[in-house]
Amino acid sequence: MAARKTTKKPNVSAEELKTYYREMLLIRRFEEKAGQLYGMGLIGGFCHLYIGQEAVVVGLEAAAQEGDKRITSYRDHGHMLACGMDPGGVMAELTGREGGLSKGKGGSMHMFSKEKHFYGGHGIVGAQVPLGAGLAFADKYKENGGVTFTYFGDGAANQGQVYETFNMAALWDLPVVFVIENNQYAMGTAQARSTSSPDIYVRGEAFGIPGEIVNGMDVLAVKAAGEKAVAHCRAGKGPYILEVKTYRYRGHSMSDPAKYRTREEVQKVREQSDPIEHVRELLLSGKHATEDDLKAIDKEIKEIVNQAAEFSKESPEPSVEELWTDIYA
Amino acid sequence: MATEILMPALSPTMEEGTLAKWLVKEGDTVSSGDIMAEIETDKATMEFEAVDEGIVGKILIAEGTEGVKVNTPIAVLVEDGEDASALPAAAPAAEAAAEASPAAAPAPAAAPAAPVVDLSPDWPADAEMKSETVREALRDAMAEEMRSDEDVYLMGEEVAEYQGAYKISQGLLDEFGSKRVIDTPITEHGFAGIAVGSAFGGLKPIVEFMTFNFAMQAIDQIINSAAKTLYMSGGQMGCPIVFRGPNGAAARVAAQHSQDYAAWYMQVPGLKVVMPYSAADAKGLLKSAIRDPNPVVFLENEILYGRSFEVPQVDDLAIPLGKARIWREGSDVTIVSFGIGMQYALEAADKLAEEGISAEVIDLRTIRPMDTGAIINSVMKTNRLVTVEEGWPQGSVGSYISSVVMQEAFDYLDAPVINCTGKDVPMPYAANLEKLALITTDEVIAAVKQVTYR
Repeated sequence: MAARKTTKKPNVSAEELKTYYREMLLIRRFEEKAGQLYGMGLIGGFCHLYIGQEAVVVGLEAAAQEGDKRITSYRDHGHMLACGMDPGGVMAELTGREGGLSKGKGGSMHMFSKEKHFYGGHGIVGAQVPLGAGLAFADKYKENGGVTFTYFGDGAANQGQVYETFNMAALWDLPVVFVIENNQYAMGTAQARSTSSPDIYVRGEAFGIPGEIVNGMDVLAVKAAGEKAVAHCRAGKGPYILEVKTYRYRGHSMSDPAKYRTREEVQKVREQSDPIEHVRELLLSGKHATEDDLKAIDKEIKEIVNQAAEFSKESPEPSVEELWTDIYA
Repeated sequence: MATEILMPALSPTMEEGTLAKWLVKEGDTVSSGDIMAEIETDKATMEFEAVDEGIVGKILIAEGTEGVKVNTPIAVLVEDGEDASALPAAAPAAEAAAEASPAAAPAPAAAPAAPVVDLSPDWPADAEMKSETVREALRDAMAEEMRSDEDVYLMGEEVAEYQGAYKISQGLLDEFGSKRVIDTPITEHGFAGIAVGSAFGGLKPIVEFMTFNFAMQAIDQIINSAAKTLYMSGGQMGCPIVFRGPNGAAARVAAQHSQDYAAWYMQVPGLKVVMPYSAADAKGLLKSAIRDPNPVVFLENEILYGRSFEVPQVDDLAIPLGKARIWREGSDVTIVSFGIGMQYALEAADKLAEEGISAEVIDLRTIRPMDTGAIINSVMKTNRLVTVEEGWPQGSVGSYISSVVMQEAFDYLDAPVINCTGKDVPMPYAANLEKLALITTDEVIAAVKQVTYR
């Protein structure tokens, strides 16, 4: 991932690096397990995996403070794990069980947590963008100093409501960080075939919204850029755009054979830019951790994911009465 | 320990597939993410990746095999040093996971013999009454609720400095300031989404659409985001919001500005839909809508804005949603309407009375949840039903009412129900054609005569 204008890397402690390693690994192992459960027929419908993009949410969560909000699209498992939602609850929602975070009624694309300030999980491409600005509107109205991370992809960046939202967010100085997770493919359409400009963040300039490109395969670069964006918002200067260049290793959803790109292209990113390998190397080369230390973390993560999977299988299906609840408050 | 690798489901509908090609052979070491095989589904050829690390101990299904059922073991992974030769041959197909047992559908509610209907008065009988326009009533409702709850705010095009395109928000900017009375750009999709997001964030927005025709730009946010989130979140996250503005035909504004959306929004579980006729109802129902923890679509009418009605002067006129109002009691026929349709229903009832036909007129006021009990109760008495609305006939509010009455009060009907609706055409501009496209009092009278065999 060529990265231009990426914020300079900060100094980082061994503990911090290990935390990022652990959090990114949790997302990857969780998603691999989700893919496996999908293959077994335990997860149905649409299931969009986040593998390859882990550094984006982990880096930005490291820049967030308690009370900050986040909202995203349907590729949402990574965001939920990164903000601390229970892996078992997420996995049980994927399997459509009572123990799922939406009691099995939302599925992979629709989960929420008031406690962790996670506002979904939205299935209509681009719809979460005004919603995220609305969360920021509420924070500004209540003068609570909160910032909202509004995530969307390069595909959603071509929806009109994104620019309606940019306009109002700038007009009203809303404390919102627009995070464009540019994984280069809108389902099967490469960015060059769908988007008139090579960079998307520049579209913010028309509204007076500052932004920059971030190397989304480098968790430290993401965190640094996130801190800058959050500081801008918290200072009352209005929205900020981070166009985070990233890559998804798997297809758009489980049923996508991904024939629109070569196996070599995917393999090259995996070998040369993998965000987890990057931190692993930093840990090892900086003598912050030994192979054995990392193996212990791997084992710990594997255990968490296995437990989540077990819970998601053992939790019963929602009771039939649930069909008729939660329609009105 | 050996791990079985099962034939994966690679699409929402896949039940079996072809194991087209193995990309690993027995004895190969694989790690998570390595591509092991190519599998043809009903839609495409997919690459199948390893999830666990290990050595391919045995390949159980040869490449080229067609019709391999999902969850059939296709290979076995072993750990370093484990003896693959001791593994069993192809195991029987694993039982499909989570076999869904058909859930017993809840029994349909038994047809109520005589539904329990809330006939309580909406305000004390001795309340002082004062003539007010619907416009004033709506403004007062918003102002009262904004005074009592800091989280309530108004957003829309021209609501603040212009004082409202139809002057509904007159004076609100002066009283509440620009933080709570907010002019938006002309961007319905965007500001509806921002308002819904702010409701998730704890506020209670009132969104004014200059007319509901423009809300079609925002309908995804109204339905997919506002109405469905409580359900999708398992009850965690509600959306207390009111979408309001004029709906239906005004006068001579042609097809794109003259549509009645009552039947559209009525269909959506999670939404409440209100369509008042009188000023007292406009005020009392809007106050309740603002307090309601659910998204409410509040359909007003431009022609009614300037009309005056008697409004009770009580401290807090909050009329519950979901409760119909019997405007006029009668014994020969029931006329059900709502919104501006009530004008035709009431005029028809007056003229019918002169001819000795006694019509009972019910104003639904809330379209969803619908007070069907009030309709059925009345039909059990009159045995005849005419519905009146301005919207189009196919999939109308009246057609839904007809089906409910057929199912729950069929034996009480002495004549087929007639739905008086707007004509099945886009609204024409020419004055004479526009008149023909709308429902008229004469049509209601004719329908009543038909069901009463006069």
